[in-house]
Amino acid sequence: MAIYSTNEFKSGLKVMLDNDPCAIIENEFVKPGKGQAFNRVKIRNLKTGRVIERTFKSGDSLESADVVDVEMQYLYNDGEYRHFMTPESFEQYQCDAKAVGDASKWLKDQDMCTVTLWNDAPLSVTPANFVELTIVETDPGVRGDTSGGGGKPATLDTGAVVRVPLFVQQGEVIKVDTRTGEYISRVKE
Amino acid sequence: MHVAWQPTASLDSLYLRAEILRKIRGFFLARNVLEVETPILGHSCGTDPYLDFFTTSYGLVSESDTLFLQTSPEFAMKRLLCAGSGSIYQICKAFRNGEVGRFHNPEFTMLEWYRVGYNLADLIAEVIELLEYLSVGFLSLSATEQFSYQDVFFEKTGLDSLVFSLERYSAFALNHNHSEALAICGHDHGLWLDFIFSHYVQPALGLSGFCLVYGYPAIQSSLARINQNNPNTVERVEVFFNGIELGNGYYELQDSKEQNQRFDLEIKYRDLTGRPRVVKDDRLLSALEFGLPECAGIAIGLDRLLMILSQNTHIEDVLSFPIARA
Repeated sequence: MAIYSTNEFKSGLKVMLDNDPCAIIENEFVKPGKGQAFNRVKIRNLKTGRVIERTFKSGDSLESADVVDVEMQYLYNDGEYRHFMTPESFEQYQCDAKAVGDASKWLKDQDMCTVTLWNDAPLSVTPANFVELTIVETDPGVRGDTSGGGGKPATLDTGAVVRVPLFVQQGEVIKVDTRTGEYISRVKE
Repeated sequence: MHVAWQPTASLDSLYLRAEILRKIRGFFLARNVLEVETPILGHSCGTDPYLDFFTTSYGLVSESDTLFLQTSPEFAMKRLLCAGSGSIYQICKAFRNGEVGRFHNPEFTMLEWYRVGYNLADLIAEVIELLEYLSVGFLSLSATEQFSYQDVFFEKTGLDSLVFSLERYSAFALNHNHSEALAICGHDHGLWLDFIFSHYVQPALGLSGFCLVYGYPAIQSSLARINQNNPNTVERVEVFFNGIELGNGYYELQDSKEQNQRFDLEIKYRDLTGRPRVVKDDRLLSALEFGLPECAGIAIGLDRLLMILSQNTHIEDVLSFPIARA
């Protein structure tokens, strides 16, 4: 297991802190007068997603966390677990609801997504930035309305609810930005 | 080859540096302060527990000899003062190993000056004059503020900096979600002051003008003399702007015996905490024995001053080639 000293801390580095895998967001070197130097570090706990601030004495170190992002295909939901597969090796992973988190509402069978593994066990799932999903339910809008304002809620085949323009109809496929949950466009089949 | 060869500083920034250097030299010329040069390489070094130095080897003689790159020109300049130079200033490079960040580059430029016959208050007045003069046309400043360390520490934290209370200091850290401070600082009063000052006091200093903090706790004495009226404090001053530390000055310690004791204490602390061994500067001690005139002196980090004047947020913006491109 590699050890990283405070002067190697940089954005994106994965380390173990309080027994949880974390990612460094920001690292600021602080030195008061002729005194002890510190590193004030912002860290995201990869299990909970929470961001905390922690100060280290400069020169202190943390163990690296064996955390990797792997592109996988989403296969199916068996009710308790969702199953994913790496397309090259066909290796399969099952994720519980906690690991899948909010990604669940964007996951459609066969779609590609990113599964973050910690010691080869799924830690979290990140959907693709853009997904194409089918509207299963929305009120019929007023035809001819192409204005940007207004809009109406639409339920997608994964269960997600997004606001769409009034002219978009049930049964149509739309493109959504999963980072903001916003409608981008209709997808012509 | 595709490696980054370009400077990180803009051309404007190079012009600014030249202009500020010219103004500083003009300022001291008008005041009859002599510009001097002292060696960057030396046979000995400072004993500061928290400064790490660079070493190199001297290969001219058959037996190779370790030389230190200076962390500050202080000792050599004091030897000139002892030799009767009168008031002197120097603009030079100083080196501190392992210090790199938004406000740090391991090689940096220092302006250091000593005024014979000045006490700390006289020096503070001159520092303010110089900084306000250099800021004309760059910064619109409100009046320079001055606080004692004890007052400003109390104002920002409600804690007494001169009286160590593990219970109160710990409670403060816990209330501010910094429980790690307990493990880092333990029972070390100096470490606690460094932690709390750098996290909760310094960021709020000098938000609309320069700010000077004087009367440091005696445990952070460095090379300053003890205050006669309040022996818990020393005649040391630091300069801040917008939460950035810009300079550190003293009413200089003259007593060679006391200086030697402080060196030994710091060397002991370095050994205890496993830091690299230093070679004590016997030439400085001999010079102090001969006699240092009454004087006050200060070092200002010129790169940081340039950052402030040009409103840059990273020291790389004012350096031609920071360490990563040096």
